[in-house]
Order: sequence, then structure tokens, then C-alpha cells
Amino acid sequence: MADKPIELSPELQKRLREEFVKEWRQALRKDPPARERTKILRQPMPQRGAGERSRDFREVNCGLSAEAALAEARRCLDCAKPGCVSGCPVSIDIPSFIKLIEKGEFIAAAFKIKETNALPAICGRVCPQESQCEAVCNLKKAAGIPVAIGNLERFAADYERNAGEVALPALPPPTGRRVAIIGAGPAGLTAAGELAKKGHAVTVFEALHEPGGVLIYGIPEFRLPKAILKAEVEYLKRLGVEIRYNFVVGKTATMDDLRAAGYEAFFIGTGAGLPNFMKIPGENLVGVYSANEYLTRVNLMRAYNFPEYDTPVFRAKNAAVIGGGNVAMDGVRTARRLGAERAMIIYRRSRHEMPAREEEVGHAEEEGIEFHFLTVPIRYDGDETGRLKSMTCLRMELGEPDASGRRRPVPVPGSEFTTPIDLAVVAIGQSPNPLLLATMPGLKVGKWGTIEVDPATMASSLPGVYAGGDITRGGATVILAMGDARTAAASIDAYLKS
Amino acid sequence: MPKVIAQRRLVPNLHLIEIEAPETARAARPGQFVILMSDAKGERIPLSIADWDAERGTVTSVFLVLGSATRKLSQLSAGDEIPVFVGPLGRPSEIGEFGTVVLAAGCYGIGALWPTARALREAGNRVITLLDVKASYLLYWNDRYRKVSAKLHIASRDPGVGGGEYIAARIGEIARVEKIDRVMTVGCTAMMRSVAEATKPLGIKTIVSLNPIMVDGTGMCGACRCTAEGRTQFACVDGPDFDGHTVDWDELFLRRKSYFDEEIQSLCRWEKENLP
Repeated sequence: MADKPIELSPELQKRLREEFVKEWRQALRKDPPARERTKILRQPMPQRGAGERSRDFREVNCGLSAEAALAEARRCLDCAKPGCVSGCPVSIDIPSFIKLIEKGEFIAAAFKIKETNALPAICGRVCPQESQCEAVCNLKKAAGIPVAIGNLERFAADYERNAGEVALPALPPPTGRRVAIIGAGPAGLTAAGELAKKGHAVTVFEALHEPGGVLIYGIPEFRLPKAILKAEVEYLKRLGVEIRYNFVVGKTATMDDLRAAGYEAFFIGTGAGLPNFMKIPGENLVGVYSANEYLTRVNLMRAYNFPEYDTPVFRAKNAAVIGGGNVAMDGVRTARRLGAERAMIIYRRSRHEMPAREEEVGHAEEEGIEFHFLTVPIRYDGDETGRLKSMTCLRMELGEPDASGRRRPVPVPGSEFTTPIDLAVVAIGQSPNPLLLATMPGLKVGKWGTIEVDPATMASSLPGVYAGGDITRGGATVILAMGDARTAAASIDAYLKS
Repeated sequence: MPKVIAQRRLVPNLHLIEIEAPETARAARPGQFVILMSDAKGERIPLSIADWDAERGTVTSVFLVLGSATRKLSQLSAGDEIPVFVGPLGRPSEIGEFGTVVLAAGCYGIGALWPTARALREAGNRVITLLDVKASYLLYWNDRYRKVSAKLHIASRDPGVGGGEYIAARIGEIARVEKIDRVMTVGCTAMMRSVAEATKPLGIKTIVSLNPIMVDGTGMCGACRCTAEGRTQFACVDGPDFDGHTVDWDELFLRRKSYFDEEIQSLCRWEKENLP
């Protein structure tokens, strides 16, 4: 399922064109010719074997070798009208960076990506490229299989990081204008980087004690190593971004306090940090977690290293994760790594409707995860000590399509059955965290608790206050949050200069 | 990183920690809490705010030394830095002109209820304080409470300081001689429950400050969910104060004990590494 292509602005089209017509690009395009390029097979992402990796938390994907990256870059046809760029929420000049890889200029390629994306090593790992840039790659139309753009992005970023200190772009003289960013997640970090590059004094206020938001508390080490995140944040700090940890805006200080302290513009990127529960009997039993809690304990608090780290988490024999998104996949694969003999996905629709990325589902299957489709829990039961011991579910069948266009699951009468489990992780989605919003009278908030913004500028109803990511979308992706943040940063820059 | 200004034993097993946190000190209100963590490998734990000094920019908590997280906190000294100190979190306690308010505090709750006592007195209430201590040598801050209380009672099993009874029995005795408009109680879960159970048949509104396990403290994880007022609530953002007559105490007890085995394992490990 491809996301809607984004219309390219005239400036962007002009910029792409200027690169496209450069002499080296023209020469490279001819050698080898397109028909030979289409014959090259997509380079597989090397990965660790399922047996080994499902017992530890080290990264699953190993990254392309330089040879594989060169071969993959050669598959790119360097189209006059590239589809890929219109599929990228942050409008990376994809053909230019891929052709730089083909030319062997790996660091220049990373630099090209960073013109529009401050966190390429992260995006190369967690973006759903198959529904974005790769979905609209012209090679997909021509030869069936698109260029592995995400794998190449990751390659360039990793190469640059491993090559030593990452070079900084030329920074303009400081403007002396202060911007407060609320939340150090993907949106906040992106906005911070963009605004620092414009010369503004940027402070990021973060409630937790480490940066990254969902990248640190949600996405597991085996998909996004913390060292990668740390390096990307170091880069932002070198751009001049200041991060204040342990600071809950709305509690530690209000937005008005920050305004009084000299901040002139604000970007809110507080995310969708409010876990949804199903409100079924037994959901408060010991052993039932929200995905947020389960993953936070394991990722941010390193519970997989208990008792070396103090934070515990249950190590289950029979684990059930409720939901079919990427968070559910992260949860169930985490339970597996913590020793679960049976690690199950319980999803109310069928495989076809599952929102998780194909790569994650495939990895989960390889790791021995059981998938129970068209199944929904209706009750949890505990033992005499209040600990979860079983889950009772109903089978579903697909009925008429609902508002999302997906066929609505309806219960099959009399299909109730009970399974023993000692861990349940509820991963059915998050809502925007209302903590900050409740302290901002006058801020226009939508039906689902999201901040209402003008999508062209990401401006909220309050002057100087911008927002992006899940706090405006309700629950989307890292890259869409970053796209919003780029838009907002440009608006904030214009606002400060007006 | 936040800096420790002072850390010392108040009475056996109860310690006081004062942290430099100017913004938190300015924003703190009675009934709120902080989340802190002693070291990079530690656990985030919530502690009620027992006092603050906006001018000095410091916040004080009183904690019971129980597991490895609090054991580590109890080893800190002035000048040490800790990676997590965040707050003030939770909704402040409701401070109004209620009339006669009985404050029932025990254990760490004697510290935790102090800002509420001060604020209630300033709001014009008649404050009756009941402090529950197991023995005379566990009593602290009674001098502070005396200044704001019309009456100060001590319930204790130590015949030297109290009449040998539990705190809940004393509330019944007070209610027989005068009208109580509200009870507020902070301390161990069993004590708060017994107070709430004692006041329910008397029809006295009773506010309890719940103390479930928390992780982030901002409503993000739901570890602290408890049943009160007829629905599941997150103690960190919907509380910590709730109507004590509506709390599902059995559930709270079970959820607080979620990691009992792990706590013992962690503490044994700490003791093995740190005690001679």
C-alpha cells in the first residue's frame, strides 16, 4: 500500500534538475546503460540468522557491504522524472545521493541526504520505504523490484559515521533568537537540527533522561541500536542544539514560563504517548502491560539486562501481543528474545490488513512468532495471586469494509476459546498525550486530542506555536513526524525573521 | 545532571533527600511527586514531595529504604549527581476551605503530607493531625505539624508515645467528639486502606494518595493504572489523589507486588556487592 505521492515544489524541481544535468551525472547515466542496469538483481540485506538473533538484542540487519551498495546504486536508472523523491516525506534528493554512492563518494552521499534529513542512519532503518520512496521508484514499474533506497541511505549514513568525525555543514552567524522544542523524539530532534542550521538558539525540553522519544523507549535495540541514535544526537549537539532532560513542559514549567524566559517560538513534538487499552475484564492483572510500558522497561530502562540494571520486566513462557502494527511486532519479538517459548500475535483482522511493515512481519515469522489472525481477546484471568494465567478470545470473520476501507472484523458466535498465557502486551495504538495540551488554554485541539495545525505551515492556533508528528497526526511514522518538523522549522524561521 | 544537596537519615529506615531543582521548586504544589533515579543503571521511582524552597531552588522528599533503588538513594551524599529528577508530577491536592480536616500520616507519608498540612492551615482550615508510628524513635517532623495543627495525636503500638492503637481507630474517636469535614491520608497502602475503611461508614470524604509502581510518570506507560472512582485511572496524571472510598485496594496491593521476586533478587545482588 503506497502513501500518496507528494507534489514537488518548483524550487525542489529546479534543484533536482540542476543536479540531474551535471556533467558527471550525464556521463554516469550512460555507463552502464539503463537496460543493463535493470538486469542487476536487488542486493539482499545481510542479516543474522533467526536462531541466533532471537536470543539476543543485537541488530538483526547487518547493512550492505560497499560492493553490494555499489551494485545496488547501479540499479538506479537516474530518471529524468524521479518518482522516489515525491514518495519521501522529507524530499531527499534520492537520485543524487545514490549516484554519489555509485561514483564511490560515500561521504558526499551522506552529506547530500543530510541537506534535508538530519537523521539518515535512523530513517534508513525504520522508514517504511516500501510504501514511500520505493513504492514510486520507476524501476519498480520497469523491472518489478525497486531500488533498495532505504538500505542505501543506511549504508551512506553508517559509512560516514564509521569513517570518523562527521563533518558539520557551514553554519550561519547566530541570530540570537531562541526557540523551544518540546520533546526530543523524531519530530523534535529534526526541528532542532533544522533551526540550529538557520543559526537560531535551540533548546529541546525532554521529559525522560535520554533523547530519542519513541526511538529510545519504543523501537528495540535489534531494530535501531542505541549507539546509532546517540551518534545522531551528538551531531545535533555539535550543531549547537541544547537538550534539557528531566523537564516536563506543562509541569516543570509552563509555556508561559518559557516565553517569559525569552523563548520566542515553540515547536511541540510530544508524540502519541498515551497507551490505549481495550477496557476488557482482567486488563489490570499483573502481567498485562501496555506496549509502551513493556517496551520502555526493556529499551529505555534496559530490563533485558536485569539484574545488572535495576528495572525488571516479566520473562514469560507464553506471551501474547495484541495488535498488528510495528509496535506489536517489536513487542512480540522482544518477548521472544526474553525467552518466551510461545510468542503470539493476536490480531483481529487478517494478515492482509496488518499495518506492520512486511520486513518486520517476515523477521517475526523467521523468529518463530505465532500469528493468530481474526482473533480478539475478550477477557484475561488471573491466579489467586492476581497474576495473569489465561486469555479468552473470540474468533472473527471479515464483514463489510469500514471507514478505513479495511473489512470490518465481526465476531463468530460461539467461537470462544481460552489459552494459557503469562504475559499480555496491549499494542492496539496510542493517543496524543494530553499533559501539555491541558495547560495551554486557547490551543485548538481536535476530536482525537491532536493539536490542530495548518498542514502547509504546521502552525497551531496560538501565535509562534507550531507542532508536528504524532501530537498532530495521532499515530503515524517517524518519517512523517520528521517531514512535519521540517515544514514547521521553515515556518518558525520565517516567523522569527518577519 | 541534578545535584544532591543533602541526604540523611531522619529516623531508622526513613531518609530525607534534598535535590537542587530550581524549576521544580518553583512549580511544586502540595500532593505532587517527583520521579528520580540514583544512577545510570537504576530504576525510576516516584517519591512524594515533602518540602521545597523556591528561593534556594531545592526540593525535598522523604523515602523508606526498602529495595535496591531506595538503598542506592540512601547512599548518596551532598554534591553527588543523579541522572533522573523530574517533577513536579501529578495533580496537586485540592486545597480549599473545608472546615475541620483530619490528616492521617504514617511512614514516608509524614513527610509527604507536610506541604498539604501547611497549605490547609493557610487556607483557614482547622487541622487535626494524626501521626502513626510503630515506635517512639520513628517519630519525625511532629514539631512542624504542631505549628499548624489545632490538635496533634500520635497513634502507636509503643505505649510510651500512643495508646497502643492503630490510626484508623483514632479517627473514629475524633469523629465521636467533633465533626470532621474531610480526611486526607498518606502513607503505606495498608494504613491508607484502613483509614478509608474506617471513614466510609462515617460518611467522611477521604482523600488518599496512591503509590503504585510508575515508570515515566507522565501518562505514557500505564504501569500505575489503578481502579478508582469506578474506572481505570493512571495515578501519575489522574492522581495521585483519589477518593479513598472508591479505590480497588486489592488490585493496588497486587499490582504493587508485581515484581516482589525481582526486588528481592535485585536487593540481594546489591547487598552482596556493597556490604562487607
